[in-house]
Amino acid sequence: MTDSVENRSPVELSFTVNGERKTMRVYPMERLLDTLRHHLGLTGAKEGCGEGECGSCSVLMNGALVNSCLIPVLQARDANIVTIEGLAAGTQLSALQEAFLDFGGAQCGICTPGMILAASHLLDRKPEPTIEDIREGLSGNLCRCTGYIQIFEAVAEAARRRATT
Amino acid sequence: MRSDPADYQLVAPASLRAVVSLLAEEPGAWLPIAGGTDVMVQYAAGKLSARKLVSIWNLPELRRIEVLSDEIRIGAACTYTDLREHEVVKLEFPLLASAAGWTGGIANQNRGTLGGNIVNASPAADSLPALLAYEAELILVSVRGERRLPYLDFHTGYKKTKLAADELVQAVCLPRRFLGYFSYTRKVGARNAQAISKACIAALGRMSGGVVQEARIALGSVAPVPLRLAETERAVKGKSVDPSILAVARKTAAAEIRPIDDIRSTVRYRSSVAGNLVAEFLEKLSISGAKA
Repeated sequence: MTDSVENRSPVELSFTVNGERKTMRVYPMERLLDTLRHHLGLTGAKEGCGEGECGSCSVLMNGALVNSCLIPVLQARDANIVTIEGLAAGTQLSALQEAFLDFGGAQCGICTPGMILAASHLLDRKPEPTIEDIREGLSGNLCRCTGYIQIFEAVAEAARRRATT
Repeated sequence: MRSDPADYQLVAPASLRAVVSLLAEEPGAWLPIAGGTDVMVQYAAGKLSARKLVSIWNLPELRRIEVLSDEIRIGAACTYTDLREHEVVKLEFPLLASAAGWTGGIANQNRGTLGGNIVNASPAADSLPALLAYEAELILVSVRGERRLPYLDFHTGYKKTKLAADELVQAVCLPRRFLGYFSYTRKVGARNAQAISKACIAALGRMSGGVVQEARIALGSVAPVPLRLAETERAVKGKSVDPSILAVARKTAAAEIRPIDDIRSTVRYRSSVAGNLVAEFLEKLSISGAKA
């Protein structure tokens, strides 16, 4: 099913982001990160390194943590995307977001959306993570401010709060 | 200079057959892209020479692990996460499951694929020494049909492979005969995740009557290709592991590897670490034999 009309011209495609179906015309090689930020105005995902090293562009795609800077938007066709904007319910922050606030897990904030999505991905798979699990789960997300300790503590606390609620 | 998406074509055929037909129409013109963990990095840096890309991400024919009685066939577009979480891979091919767990962070493990690691052909790739130790074979596919070749013969030089311009790696086959082997793997790098190795090892062995019955040793980042140390394996076969055989093994390994100086390490450091890794494997193998 090679579609020659797709040749170097924008294509129409849809995906779901934070529960809303979106349809847009985009170049298929546009990075998902750019589509989210420029077409959809979702600027929570940040561009840090642009090469999949820093994790600041992390989003969830069909439940899997991914670097949106490394995804051509055509590969997101019909996917279910969750960005940091989708974690809070209105003004009600998620347990992870609350814990990051309480434990000083954010300083400049550039890495924070990716950190929280990576932590969310981890806690969905391991509700009672060890410190090693937390370190591994966040190992693809770089922070140049906090020294990581507050972030690890925030994730551990969010896991405890989730377990008791 | 950042790339402009308007300069690139990307198509996503729905079947493997359609992909290989496209490759055959214009051999060499279409670059397959799976999880994008290599291709998109080049693209973002403005260094991607291919202008036509064909997505093979999530093609069902390439995203499955078939468990047969004598081998497992891992579809080339299986991710590191797929490998880490697969029960048979974890149990019977722990060297591969471990390497999958070291490769990048979680986000890259969710997108990076075994086939991509093979075709990208970096001598520093974490998963490739394991394939050498397990005597992997590759199934390559094109409109001309399938062919199967030993993975050992696939890399012909730095970033050079036997893949023809119209071919795609379809699957990696691992024989199911290493369950009882002692296995040892270690990566030496600046950091566990997101750091490319300075040197790494994947090795298997069996002891019998106090001597090494069989040793299978592969190293990464010490030569233009992932390297199997055939001479070192021969040198230790039938020997008990003592200081003199460790010295022989270090010396033989040093003669087999061809490390370079680069941004991550030096010839001297890599040579020293390679010897240490081989010796550590043999010592642990010997201890495992004493316990058995």
